[in-house]
Amino acid sequence: MATKKQVKRTAWDTVQLARNPGRPNVTEYISMMCEDFVELHGDRLFGDDRALIGGFATISGVKVMVMGHRKGRTVEENVESNFGMASPDGYRKAMRLMRIAEKFGLPVVTFIDTPGAYPGADAEARGQAEAIAHNLEFMSTLRTPIVVVVIGEGGSGGALGIAVGDKILMLQNAVYSVISPEGCASILWRDGSKAPVAAEALKITAESLKKLGVIDEIVSEPAQGAHTDPKAAAAAVKKAVLAALKELMRLSADELVAKRYDKFCAMGRYFEVKGK
Amino acid sequence: MSWFEKSAETPLRVPTEALWVVCPSCKAYVEKDAWKQAGKVCPRCNYHARLSCRERIKMLTDADSFEEINAQVTTSDPLNFSDGSGTYAAKAAATKAKTGEFESVVTGTAAIEKIPVVIAVMDFKFLGGSLSSGAGERILLATEVAVKLHRPLIIVSASGGARMHEGIISLMQMAKTSAGIARVKEAGLPYFSILTDPTTGGVSASYAMLGDLNIAEPKALIGFAGRRVIENTIKQKLPDDFQTAEYTRDHGFVDCIVQRRELKGFVAKCLRYAGF
Repeated sequence: MATKKQVKRTAWDTVQLARNPGRPNVTEYISMMCEDFVELHGDRLFGDDRALIGGFATISGVKVMVMGHRKGRTVEENVESNFGMASPDGYRKAMRLMRIAEKFGLPVVTFIDTPGAYPGADAEARGQAEAIAHNLEFMSTLRTPIVVVVIGEGGSGGALGIAVGDKILMLQNAVYSVISPEGCASILWRDGSKAPVAAEALKITAESLKKLGVIDEIVSEPAQGAHTDPKAAAAAVKKAVLAALKELMRLSADELVAKRYDKFCAMGRYFEVKGK
Repeated sequence: MSWFEKSAETPLRVPTEALWVVCPSCKAYVEKDAWKQAGKVCPRCNYHARLSCRERIKMLTDADSFEEINAQVTTSDPLNFSDGSGTYAAKAAATKAKTGEFESVVTGTAAIEKIPVVIAVMDFKFLGGSLSSGAGERILLATEVAVKLHRPLIIVSASGGARMHEGIISLMQMAKTSAGIARVKEAGLPYFSILTDPTTGGVSASYAMLGDLNIAEPKALIGFAGRRVIENTIKQKLPDDFQTAEYTRDHGFVDCIVQRRELKGFVAKCLRYAGF
């Protein structure tokens, strides 16, 4: 478990940890945290995206709808799961599962771990932008609690597409950003090798994001990173998720939706507005 | 390069260029007055050049009906960001001085063929029309004004996506604006999204794709990921018409493509179908 004396890491060190191939993935968190998992497949429109999985799960007796971006452990798994880069079908499946959660009165728990939404020609043809946009709109009005856990890479719109929640938790060595440090460096510095500088400037670590008010809580990791002791990491995530669920499940649907709206509206509000 | 090749590539300098505009697409010489009269549309090839937000407002709304709101909401610098070429604060200040605008979107109340509306118009000249905390806040406030005044909402997009100088805060504007749109729709009010060249990235993946009607200008670039990123991912060359307004319509994500000179009448007609 995390000790008080944490190793001081640069943002770029944290990026490496967040991308460490040994880092626990969504499948492993689900199996370590939940007594039961019933995977549900497909968006009912096109297919079943293996880059974003979800289904019914039970965490210490609490029934939830769980979902998350899926990075693979092996080469085969990564080919199947497209390295955690979801397609429109994945985002639409997520929305379908959230509708079911709302109908059945189940809270939603989402795990964020993606380099970004899949930038492929077929993804564009099937409306990647529309799929993400609709999730953002829909999640802002969902009448059931949503707990978000950023476990690895929170890559831009592809991450946000299932990350509009009431409580945003983030593992200590996860990152969450509008653009990858490499992408930002190649655009703004015109030099991809400046990625470590960009990583620092973009303020993508859990500590920075907590200060910016974008996440609610940092979940401590084992001193050398979640991959060195996945069980301990999963136990910490489980504890934090259960605490968040306990807090949120007391609220009425109206309260949840109103608070979620206020939460996101307050992000980046730097000006007093007359008549508000 | 020999002398005759060079002359074939570079158009002859016309001494009377104050009177002429060269169409960026077909290179035809168009009389400046005719160019302006046509709303910066080439009479020869129908190329729709980009408009400033003020030009757009003038073309789309009734004369003198536009009243700007929340003009005091402007750029801020939540990350204290600087890149290889200087600080974001300096860049924003220079852009403000150059464009005379204070954000990448201008919002207000107006009338379209006497129908009262709330309108937001993006300006690509302001840092690529990028979505920032100031822009997100202006759009959110516009959605709230639409609900308060019970008016239809029109947003004209022209944007490369989120403003990475504001990092995660700019990403969160996608969630914030989409939450605002959800409330406009819940109030039973029409929301028309007008997609102009270009509408990509975080703007296409939020409010621009959420219209009850999505209306595009001919040949506008509309998409999520950039062409080069996709080509690098799939290791294939994409067809010329990829991510055009026509492509987006043919894949089911845009209702209509409307010529600029007909846009105002078209919007008014659809507003009347919506009961206004």
